[in-house]
Amino acid sequence: MKTTLLVIALTLAAGIVAAQERRLELKNGPGRAEVEANCGSCHSIDYIELNSPFLDEKGWDGEVTKMIKVFGAPIKPDDAKAIVAYLAANYAKP
Amino acid sequence: MASRRDFLKSTGGLVLATGGGWFAGHAHGAVPNTPGLAPLPAGATASGDLEALSGKVPLIKRSWRPPNYETPLSYFTTEITPNDAFFVRWHLAAIPQVTAATWTLKVGGDAATTPFQLNLEQLKRDFPAFELVAVNQCSGNRRGLFEPHVAGVEWGVGAMGNARWKGARLKDVLAKAGLKKEAVEIVLDGADGPVMPATPDFQKSLPVWKALDENTMLAYEMNGEALPHWNGFPVRVVVPGWTGTYWVKQVSTINAVSKPFEGFWMKGAYRIPLGKFPIIDHFTTQMTDVNEPITEMVVNSLIANLASGQRVAVGQPFVVKGMAWDGGRGIAQVDVSADGGQSWRSAKLGADLGRFSFRSFSIAITPAAPGPMVIVSRATNRAGATQTAELIPNPAGYHHNVMQRIDINAV
Repeated sequence: MKTTLLVIALTLAAGIVAAQERRLELKNGPGRAEVEANCGSCHSIDYIELNSPFLDEKGWDGEVTKMIKVFGAPIKPDDAKAIVAYLAANYAKP
Repeated sequence: MASRRDFLKSTGGLVLATGGGWFAGHAHGAVPNTPGLAPLPAGATASGDLEALSGKVPLIKRSWRPPNYETPLSYFTTEITPNDAFFVRWHLAAIPQVTAATWTLKVGGDAATTPFQLNLEQLKRDFPAFELVAVNQCSGNRRGLFEPHVAGVEWGVGAMGNARWKGARLKDVLAKAGLKKEAVEIVLDGADGPVMPATPDFQKSLPVWKALDENTMLAYEMNGEALPHWNGFPVRVVVPGWTGTYWVKQVSTINAVSKPFEGFWMKGAYRIPLGKFPIIDHFTTQMTDVNEPITEMVVNSLIANLASGQRVAVGQPFVVKGMAWDGGRGIAQVDVSADGGQSWRSAKLGADLGRFSFRSFSIAITPAAPGPMVIVSRATNRAGATQTAELIPNPAGYHHNVMQRIDINAV
């Protein structure tokens, strides 16, 4: 269970208030740092557990591609590969 | 490994200091799946804690940022959903704290003759106020119950609520801006925005006919109070009968346009395949050969007072109750079965708060003999549409109105 919890008060910019958020401890594994650094800038990381474990590697690849192409996430290609591999290894359907 | 209790002890002050806080009485993943419907993805159940946003009671957390929180089942035994229990849904994480004093609404667009701007005082003073009760339901309510699962916010049944809204008619505000005959759509934008500049801002459009509907509102009151920040303070669009995606929160700009709006949240999201749902309202300027924007809600019902596996006593009546709603035709009847759908009886309908409102239903059932029972509810609207027994698959997980089948035991 992800029980090491931190509270971060997130202030995106002056005058902008976001919901309070605890940082989930993601499963350990290669690619975790890339996930935290990239995915976490636009949305909380709990979206990953929320959407698990029913996507396969292709499904996760589709999600990451959507974030880049549709939502304009500035993720480098190497990072995107590492993120998909991490999600497929840790949060995909068995 | 620290427990939640340890975490609360060590950081409780910080939680308070940041103005949020969350409910300590429930462990991780303690919210049960909705009785009688398919389960959420395991990860959604595990992460679906009860947590309170500022000014809210504990709701079921689906995501922190942007904040997506759903209303627990027990709130759906009364028609009106309290403001502090009303579900919260945002697409983008840059959510400003808009104040009543600084809020302004710009009304214009290439299909308006006289663009203008107004503040909250002017909206309340210069346009006749009216009230109505209407269900606000996320298009993706129950997405988490799709099988196979569909990616997105994995909602259970609580991404909905019913409130008495008060505000000005959108048609009156548009009249002041002078709609040209070329106007085809009305584009709505709120003060919220994306974190990354390349992310499409959340903007929606309505067909002119729906924007001019006498029930479409710019709401500044919800259940007799100002709207909660999380539900769009100070003003949100209320589009009775249509799903929540059009109910733009913190609305800041309204533009009448002469060409169909091309934004991502219209062209690329909130679309349903053609011909699969018994829909009356179509958004024709946004239709393609294969899909169309979601519009009105499908007829649905929810039993809110039973648990799976509940035991009831033979020879003693027990009550089944919940809510029924649709896309604004109005609920005609709710039938309840105690034998899995072989036989039905009509439930008693509660107060009629208008055709856009939740309609409560209740029925007393007396088990005749011991053994398993399957409780099913089925709502029918005044257009003759009813709920489905089998899920209607669609790519984004919308319009889930599969009948609940709750297993209980008479003993």
